[in-house]
Amino acid sequence: MKGVIKMCVALPGKVVKINDDKTAEVDFNGNTVNALTGLVVVKPGDQVLVHAGCIIQTVKSSEADELNELFGEIADFAGVKL
Amino acid sequence: MNENISKYLSFLKSYDGDDITLMEVCGSHTGAIAKSGIKDMISGKIHLVSGPGCPVCVTPSAYIDRLIELSKKPDTVVVTFGDMLRVPGSTSSLSLEKGNGAKVQMVYSPGDTVGLALKSPEKTFVFAAVGFETTIPVYAVLLDRIREKDIKNIKLLTALKLMPPAVESLCRDNVRIDGFIAPGHVSVITGSSAFEEVAEKYRIPFGVTGFQPEELVTGIFGTVCLVLNERKRRKEGKPSFKDQLVKNFYTSVVTREGNRAAKEKVNYYFEPGDQVWRGIGKIKNSGLFLKEQFSKYDAGSRNLDEDHKINRKCMCEKVLTGKITPEMCPLFRKECTPLSPQGACMVSTEGSCFQYFLQ
Repeated sequence: MKGVIKMCVALPGKVVKINDDKTAEVDFNGNTVNALTGLVVVKPGDQVLVHAGCIIQTVKSSEADELNELFGEIADFAGVKL
Repeated sequence: MNENISKYLSFLKSYDGDDITLMEVCGSHTGAIAKSGIKDMISGKIHLVSGPGCPVCVTPSAYIDRLIELSKKPDTVVVTFGDMLRVPGSTSSLSLEKGNGAKVQMVYSPGDTVGLALKSPEKTFVFAAVGFETTIPVYAVLLDRIREKDIKNIKLLTALKLMPPAVESLCRDNVRIDGFIAPGHVSVITGSSAFEEVAEKYRIPFGVTGFQPEELVTGIFGTVCLVLNERKRRKEGKPSFKDQLVKNFYTSVVTREGNRAAKEKVNYYFEPGDQVWRGIGKIKNSGLFLKEQFSKYDAGSRNLDEDHKINRKCMCEKVLTGKITPEMCPLFRKECTPLSPQGACMVSTEGSCFQYFLQ
């Protein structure tokens, strides 16, 4: 992770463990990093978005149905045939 | 993965209506779009232009000069993300000065500063706190830690910027943009609702978009649909409302409300103020500054307004506002390259000139 220092990039990982010092161990495909907590409540097993070493959000697992419903509405109005 | 992706892409490829120009406001989108090759996969009638959303690119030279000044003070260490090292100030950069003995430490997270400060209590550590709404809550968490542990040797030099006022300034300047690919990770914090006021005021669509190739296709397709809908309503003389103009296509992490705890933490420590954007100028209430009661953590962040141009021919300000693409600048690929950047857009890996150079 040390080489990936870009400003607005946030990466999804999985919480492995909650530490005593208000950090959580987050696994990124085998690389583990201690990330700051405090912006969202997390527990082991949660998929989370980490930005600049801090957990900024939990990740929902499925969004396809929600998006399909949304597109059904806006694409239809725009006359876009899918 | 959404099974409709190939249908979205097929529509974008075969689109043959009136030209549509979309601006991706976020520097990470600029990088992700370039890497995905999506520009070559969609119709020539859909134009994607970059905006002012690379925090490094819009940091004025006076801020870099102040960091350099601090890095040369006795017992003071400037702590920074890697992106900031090569950004030119008026005469030098942190990277060059580090080579000359200035004390500059690169870290992965602002949180790493706590360990440095506890280990060397005789030194003062100044964090180069640059960024947009995504990063600002991380500085608030750092301030929480500093106060909890009663750490006295960490300060912030802030250059914190807010997206909606910058986007509004583009709309006010009548830059020809039909819709915005709204910044996904900024929206994680602010919520998609942050863009509703500007959207309704200027009748311009915003599609909140993610960064993976499928998410980019989804977001671009969705925003194109929003633009077509807006054109249809205008043609029919119908009004447009915020819920028709702002849609969230990054539902895995973005909500309409955003991260309330993060916003509350930010409001606790910071207050709005006018901020200078490199190449653009001062935008009213487009920045955040530490409140008076937390000024002991401030390393002198106010009034760092001077914005020195490295090369008079540099056209970064037109690139940052979507008025030209990088290859239209006379310096691009000639005097200006990543090894010899003449403007901030060529320095940062999220800058549009840097990304165009790689293509």
